[in-house]
Amino acid sequence: MKNLVEVKNIKKNYGKNEAVKGISFNIKQDEILGLLGPNGSGKTTTIGMLLGLLKPTSGEIFINGQKLEGNRIEILEQINFISPYIELPKKLTVKQNLTVYGKLYKINNINERIEFLSEKLRLKGLLNSITGELSSGQKNRVSLAKALINEPKVLLLDEPTASLDPEVGDFVRSFLEDYKKEKKISILLASHNMNEVTRLCKSILMMKDGIIIDEGNPEELISKHGRKNLEEVFLKLSRSKNELN
Amino acid sequence: MYGLFLRHFYLITRSFPRVLDLVYWPTIQITLWGFISNFFATHTTYYNNAVGVILTCAILYDFLFRTSIGFNMLFLEEIWSRNFTNLFIAPMKIGEILTALVATALIRALIGLIPAVLLTSPLFGISILDLGIFLFFLFLSLYLFGITLGILVSAGLLRYGPSFENIAWSTMFLLAPFGCIYYPIEILPEVFQKIAYLLPLVYIFEEARNILINQTVDIQSIYNAFLWNGVYFVLSIVLFYYSFNVAKNKGTLINMGE
Repeated sequence: MKNLVEVKNIKKNYGKNEAVKGISFNIKQDEILGLLGPNGSGKTTTIGMLLGLLKPTSGEIFINGQKLEGNRIEILEQINFISPYIELPKKLTVKQNLTVYGKLYKINNINERIEFLSEKLRLKGLLNSITGELSSGQKNRVSLAKALINEPKVLLLDEPTASLDPEVGDFVRSFLEDYKKEKKISILLASHNMNEVTRLCKSILMMKDGIIIDEGNPEELISKHGRKNLEEVFLKLSRSKNELN
Repeated sequence: MYGLFLRHFYLITRSFPRVLDLVYWPTIQITLWGFISNFFATHTTYYNNAVGVILTCAILYDFLFRTSIGFNMLFLEEIWSRNFTNLFIAPMKIGEILTALVATALIRALIGLIPAVLLTSPLFGISILDLGIFLFFLFLSLYLFGITLGILVSAGLLRYGPSFENIAWSTMFLLAPFGCIYYPIEILPEVFQKIAYLLPLVYIFEEARNILINQTVDIQSIYNAFLWNGVYFVLSIVLFYYSFNVAKNKGTLINMGE
């Protein structure tokens, strides 16, 4: 499978503060890459750069073979993002919100797309509901529908199941697994839920203080660090001094 | 009790826009009403033959106010609803975002303006349509200046984030004394007159009064208004693009929704 995301030695400085200190990684087609790290490790900054919301101080990002710098609009047509820190307009109905984003992403068959996503994400009965009046789990599924409205080749997920109850969380994880398999998309998953990362990701990047301090698949990392599970690996690496492989 | 006082004291002292806000409103109100009072005290017969001039100018100013605030509101709504990041990761060019906001701001302003215009006739026996065909040019000029101010404020929001919101509400009031909405420019001190002549507002409101009171039209005034509008409009667009690039460097875009 080819690399849909190629990140080459990107750095991001905010004045004298080096938020990301030159990291490189790839995400293959049909792969979910986990991005782990304590708060302030540079995960959000990295996602911001991949979305074109932040300009790297140096380095290059390629999405589906196209360089992000200079092709931002073309690339944004192929990616999408979900985060608990951003929401859809609360006063609009679910269908209105999805229609607005369908238009913004220049989707031709918006109604068919909404029909398909509402079926898959259990939103059929909610299309005419006011978005702000939905429960956290329902809002999360609506945000996911918005993130898939353009059939993205690359999906960036920042804590996609934060604040969800176990049943909805499990539904979202199963949906993401199935959708990735079916559409052969690349997913970058930033999460603090280690069970989620263990279940969904074949590869993981561990970030701390703006660098990648370790990487591999969950089993490898657990065995390499002599721990019982990924959470213990995370705690060990978060509390240790930075160590490159 | 002291804790609650401290909570607000810390907030105010850590935010320059908040301090500015405290000083700003009384100063602007006193300045504006000082000039208006001064004018009426010294020119008691000025409006005798032109009933409705003040009301006409009030409607024109309100259109400007609605256009500018309408534009700012569209931008602020996205920040308040935490939808801002969603919009800026959609495949839209900056020019497309601005065009959509400019068109929506016009519709919002017209929704507010039309009932006001219709009410003035039955309530006060005054019609803003007395300005004739030139009313269109005056409105167009005010609309251009309104959206220009909206774009400038939005550029500030992009650059400085939501803390710039207070400035968004106050720009129109800052310009009101210089705009000579309710009094002729001669009432301003000389140094203020020089500033006023650098704004399109003074040409628009002076011309509205000229048409209603003297029944003549000075094309040069309308031209000057459009000329200054063009200058400020181009400047606002340049500043918006600059602010977008600064925001991409500083990370304001990704933090806006948080």
